Amino acid sequence: MNPIYAARRGRDIVVRALCFAAAAFGVTWLALILFTLFYNGLAGMSWQLFTQNTPPPGASEGGLVNAIVGSVIMTVIGVGVGAPIGLFAGTYLAEYGRHDRLSPVIRFINDILLSAPSIIIGLFIYGAVVVPMRGFSALAGSLALAVIVIPVVVRTTEDMLMLVPNSLREAASALGLPRSLVIKRIAYRAARAGLITGVLLATARVAGETAPLLFTALSNQFFSVDLTNTIANLPVTINNFVQSPYVYWKQLAWSGALLITLAVLALNIGARLIGSERTAK
Amino acid sequence: MTDVSAAAAAARSAVPPPVPDTDRPAKIVTRNLNFYYGQHHALKDINLSIAANRVTAFIGPSGCGKSTLLRIFNRMYDLYPGQRVEGQVLLDDTNILDPRLDLNLLRARVGMVFQKPTPFPMTIYENIAFGIRLYEKLSKSEMDGRVEKALRGGALWNEVKDKLNASGLSLSGGQQQRLCIARTVAVRPEVILFDEPCSALDPISTARVEELIDELKDQYTIAIVTHNMQQAARVSDSTAFMYLGEMVEFGPTNKLFTSPADRRTQDYITGRFG
Repeated sequence: MNPIYAARRGRDIVVRALCFAAAAFGVTWLALILFTLFYNGLAGMSWQLFTQNTPPPGASEGGLVNAIVGSVIMTVIGVGVGAPIGLFAGTYLAEYGRHDRLSPVIRFINDILLSAPSIIIGLFIYGAVVVPMRGFSALAGSLALAVIVIPVVVRTTEDMLMLVPNSLREAASALGLPRSLVIKRIAYRAARAGLITGVLLATARVAGETAPLLFTALSNQFFSVDLTNTIANLPVTINNFVQSPYVYWKQLAWSGALLITLAVLALNIGARLIGSERTAK
Repeated sequence: MTDVSAAAAAARSAVPPPVPDTDRPAKIVTRNLNFYYGQHHALKDINLSIAANRVTAFIGPSGCGKSTLLRIFNRMYDLYPGQRVEGQVLLDDTNILDPRLDLNLLRARVGMVFQKPTPFPMTIYENIAFGIRLYEKLSKSEMDGRVEKALRGGALWNEVKDKLNASGLSLSGGQQQRLCIARTVAVRPEVILFDEPCSALDPISTARVEELIDELKDQYTIAIVTHNMQQAARVSDSTAFMYLGEMVEFGPTNKLFTSPADRRTQDYITGRFG
């Protein structure tokens, strides 16, 4: 065999083996985490989780309904506030402001926000909302989640709109469509799957956030839907229970963690399905 | 020979250029038209007339400015910053370069079909109805009639009449291009600009689109940019040869192809460059 070709084949085998090992290494830990989660979490799965509130210390029955409801409320408000802002800002970057000098600045700041540790965002909302309102609240928690949602949605919206070919915009303009309709009826339509995927992924991202809720929503051992009061939520409840000495609390923490994981998994699968719908056509 | 050299002389002296096909009035007239992409001077002193209800073709090697010229007629360049135009373009008697002009109304009068088929991501029916709804409020049955008429106008009706609710993207390339032509015709423009409409199509689809262009000129004024000289010879009444941003020669198609006045035109149509 030609020695140059033989050497290249040799290198190819080595690199391929390294790539395979790296992939296997990553997937192994993920599989172990999932296995542990299912092993410990499934043991505590029962209807009680969805019907009873978090129990007091030492009790041997109770559920997570207050935490589940609290998490859903804050996630919905957070995404409800953050997603429209993100969609509009992303639309500005990709459509109206594509050639503006302001856009690179916004994009840069958005990237910083995107990678900011979520605990910083929790502290920011603590200073901006909790302190002036003189108390922790579900509202503050929701806003902290919204601040996390915004940069994710800005980024995906801009990226997805950038994928819409300019020829489509030109064709729509050539029919006499004003800019607003070109965006609303053509660009959004062409990018719809990607835009929805972005919002779903942002939802999945905030559904499991603990740090921004520690200083904002705190937690609550009772059932509450009052936005001005502290509210129970899954991540902080898990955080509290898992550090406790009580066996039943620890079990609830495992079950709660499994619930969040399943919810995030469902959102991701949903995002995948919607995303592939576009390519299938 | 005489009216070809007259056209060349007109281009040089910037007096209102003659319409090559003298039995038709001019629909579009350009006067001392210059165009810049930033610093790049892309069109140089273009003077020409496009006759109403005739097909005017623009030929020339890549980068000669023929697409640029076409995109001035509906001010498509306005979508992008850094592109600048000087001179006059009259559509009937309106200067369309007037900054106060309503671009959407201009584009409703001057439709455009692009190189790549660009069906909108919606049903075949909606692709047509969408543009009509921008300017007219029609009942369902009136709209059905208009959509059918437009699709017949685009020579597509027989192929799609049973699947009007299918996605426009499900059609073949040639069908998509005819859908785009039907969509343009549906809003009843006065002028239709074709920017290399067949360069992404197979020969059979190309022949269908060319037949269509021939039928459309009864009702519309047509300007077509093409890389394909045989196509220009087949479909057009007048042809302009452009080179390096200048309009080298403009005259009746048969004359330009059989006895060109300019050496560069002759070199191009005989395949010596381009």
